[in-house]
Amino acid sequence: MGERKIRVLVAKPGLDGHDRGAKVIARALRDAGMEVIYTGIRQTPEQIAATAIQEGVDVVGLSCLSGAHNQLFPEVVKLLREKGGDDILIVCGGIIPYDDIPLLKEAGIREVFQPGTTTQEIIAFIKTQVERHD
Amino acid sequence: MKGKIRVKDAYGRWEETTLKSTLKRSPERKESFKTTSDIVLKRLYTPLDVEGSDYLEEVGFPGEYPFTRGVQPTMYRGKHWTMRQYAGFATAEETNQRYHYLLNHGQTGLSVAFDLPTQIGYDSDHPLCIGEVGKCGVAIDSLADMEILFDGIPLDKVSTSMTINATAAMLLAMYIAVAEKQGVAMDQLRGTIQNDILKEYAARGTYIYPPQESMRIITDIFFFCKDHLPQWNTISISGYHIREAGSSAVQEVAFTLANGIAYVEAAIEAGMDVDSFAGRLSFFFGAHNNFLEEIAKFRAARRMWARIMRERFGAQKPSSWMLRFHTQTAGCTLTAQQPDNNVVRVAFQALAAVLGGTQSLHTNSRDEAFALPSEESVAIALRTQQIIAHESGVVEIIDPLGGSYALEALTQEIEERATEYVKKIDERGGAIKAIEAGFMQKEIATSAYQYQRDIEEKNKIIVGLNEFATEEAPFTNILKISPDIERYQRQKLGKVRGQRDALKVQDALKALRKAAQGTENLMPYILEAVKSYVTLGEIADCLREVFGEYKERTTIT
Repeated sequence: MGERKIRVLVAKPGLDGHDRGAKVIARALRDAGMEVIYTGIRQTPEQIAATAIQEGVDVVGLSCLSGAHNQLFPEVVKLLREKGGDDILIVCGGIIPYDDIPLLKEAGIREVFQPGTTTQEIIAFIKTQVERHD
Repeated sequence: MKGKIRVKDAYGRWEETTLKSTLKRSPERKESFKTTSDIVLKRLYTPLDVEGSDYLEEVGFPGEYPFTRGVQPTMYRGKHWTMRQYAGFATAEETNQRYHYLLNHGQTGLSVAFDLPTQIGYDSDHPLCIGEVGKCGVAIDSLADMEILFDGIPLDKVSTSMTINATAAMLLAMYIAVAEKQGVAMDQLRGTIQNDILKEYAARGTYIYPPQESMRIITDIFFFCKDHLPQWNTISISGYHIREAGSSAVQEVAFTLANGIAYVEAAIEAGMDVDSFAGRLSFFFGAHNNFLEEIAKFRAARRMWARIMRERFGAQKPSSWMLRFHTQTAGCTLTAQQPDNNVVRVAFQALAAVLGGTQSLHTNSRDEAFALPSEESVAIALRTQQIIAHESGVVEIIDPLGGSYALEALTQEIEERATEYVKKIDERGGAIKAIEAGFMQKEIATSAYQYQRDIEEKNKIIVGLNEFATEEAPFTNILKISPDIERYQRQKLGKVRGQRDALKVQDALKALRKAAQGTENLMPYILEAVKSYVTLGEIADCLREVFGEYKERTTIT
């Protein structure tokens, strides 16, 4: 079997401009051998879902530090499912209070990475999840 | 001279004998010790390290050029720094309560945090604002909200800092209008608008218009304030967000001052005399973990700016040479793990800011890796400043660490390295060009990545995170913003739109559009518009139609 690279979309939904974390993750995933697309800031859920489908990604990583995650993240999941991206692994990070985690997971976000998570942990998680899926 | 030779000889002897035998027995913990800016630290600094430095030229006296030791002659013996906690969330009603709480606890100035729709020029009912209303700051749609925000706060008594950039002109206009209703004239108002769009492109992201048009709005504000708000800081040129985005201390100083140079050039080009506006420029830096590097950073920035203003721009007035700055402890150093440790981190960072001679200070709260701070956490943060001011004793001597061999050598090293960077930016055609080409962004992202690597590889120990970690229960005692805020804010907005004089609104927008198409100062038109309850989003849209919008090119470094 030929080595197919894992394709990841790192995305910033909403109006938040803090993308230090998103950029660090994007580069770490790329250095780990994945193909990474970064949307840049201020993307709507529609734009993110459309890009994910168009680029045929395996993973969407969402980042938001403004507190709008409860509205924005589930919306991205919903749109991805509607567009046929049922298999796409969706993970997220940012400033996410613990109490919000169950709601996000219920909405279809597989994992919520808290501040302090290492890039190595995220890489390992993605690899395990995507391989299991294959 | 003889003394120096004696020190040099003695130093050599110490290295050869006392030091060498110890190193042989037990080597040092690391091969080399470096700061965040990659400055290799010597194990010991002596008079030899400041040998080439002329005290009067490099260090001098407080309140005098080059201001290395501070901008005021008496510093904190005269008056403490302004204790200014950045606050704002949910609605104007709730934030107004928090302001009264802070003022009742001894805070001495206000600092307004606006939500992202307000910062990016959208009304709360705009489709892009779903989930964002009132989240990381207070939602302001029109003058009606601003009236509530400052209800019961006498604007002739407090000074107010507003973290607002692309829409700074609108919020300043609303502040002026509220003051007028309180019977306070413009020339009595004291405060600051951040108004620093260049670092928004480089690091923070709340831009709207393209750089040239943004610079025009900024110089319009400079002009307007020179004539009408002589006590207002027209800009707060910010390194804080550059640092938070991942830069080193040296890059923070260099990029901030390079942006400062761009604003000075723009104002001069717009026809202003340098001494007519330079005294109202202010700055904003972060206070990160490396205690001595941070103190040196503040001192170096002050000296560099004084030299830039006098030598490069020929400013004559001492007030034009002074770098006055606000400091915020570094949010990016707060950990979600063992959050109470953040109280200690913040205390050291705040102490560095004070030893660096800050004019005002915000101390972060322990719970900010999770959410906006709770009232209880904010109180501890404010008390931290009060303990430094009233108990530590460091405020009783001006620049008490000045003259330390290590600190003076570090100050010099940071100035040299930052000056090199400014030169690189000059070679690229200045800060605006360097940002448009992505130069600053790439440098910042590279440093951010290296910082993360250093933590993951344990070159850098963060207590409670990659060392001394423990199992802990989730921290859940945090401030929650109700999702109902969005609905409430939209209702309020609808009411304002329904009750205002529609004709006046139309006229104000028409006049503003015409001014924007020409070269007239925009401020009087914006002021007229906000007084007619034209909303922030409507004003921003009017200017969007004329100026267009900035689109960032993003890359992964």
